[in-house]
Amino acid sequence: MAISVDSPEVTRDLMRKAGYTFTFLSDPNAEVIRRYDLVHAGAGENGRDIARPAEFLVDRTGTVRWINLTENYWVRARPEDVLDKAKLLP
Amino acid sequence: MRRFNWPLWAGFLLTLVAAFSYFAFFVNFPVTRDFPWANLLLFLLAAVLIVMGIRRAFARDRAHPTRSKVVASIVTTLSVLVCAFFIFAIFIAGRFLPPSTSAPHVGQKVPEFTLSDANGRQVSLNQLTSEPVDGKAPKGVLLVFYRGWW
Repeated sequence: MAISVDSPEVTRDLMRKAGYTFTFLSDPNAEVIRRYDLVHAGAGENGRDIARPAEFLVDRTGTVRWINLTENYWVRARPEDVLDKAKLLP
Repeated sequence: MRRFNWPLWAGFLLTLVAAFSYFAFFVNFPVTRDFPWANLLLFLLAAVLIVMGIRRAFARDRAHPTRSKVVASIVTTLSVLVCAFFIFAIFIAGRFLPPSTSAPHVGQKVPEFTLSDANGRQVSLNQLTSEPVDGKAPKGVLLVFYRGWW
């Protein structure tokens, strides 16, 4: 699942264009993003706070099993690497 | 008498293509996004053309020697600026990220939350880790924090 600061309407548009079918949640005031210490202050449109890119693989108890906090936002986790980690979940 | 300095202009055009094709095209593929080797190759090719163009512009057989040199100098400077902008955007500005030292670590429990999905339905993390998918209990969930529609 994904989280961004976009409204459900903008997210719906993005999901349709990109063909995403996973759960995509809206955090318009960056409250959850702030709780996870992932705010990239002022980096959005018109200086809006947005999320830095980050991926967490969480098991069914809610415990983090793998993290990717990229150092450069042009570099993201590869799907095949994440799937390899997901296969290791108990 | 040589008139049109095609290598210079082809090199300039290729410089623009090299820079903007990353954002318009190559960014869509992990293999050309994580390291922009395709764009750097295009820049290299553009540089070869521009060097050819400069040699032409500074040759003795130009119809308008001064104009040729001025045009070549301006086009070269613009090309270098475009290339510098690209290098800055990808290798330097891309690293302007907060430290996120308090983000959940491996082995820690992540904070619970409830947010609206794209259809306005309230969804909690607890729900995603417990509700069956295709009749089976999920093994976990991948949380992807996304910069948004930018």
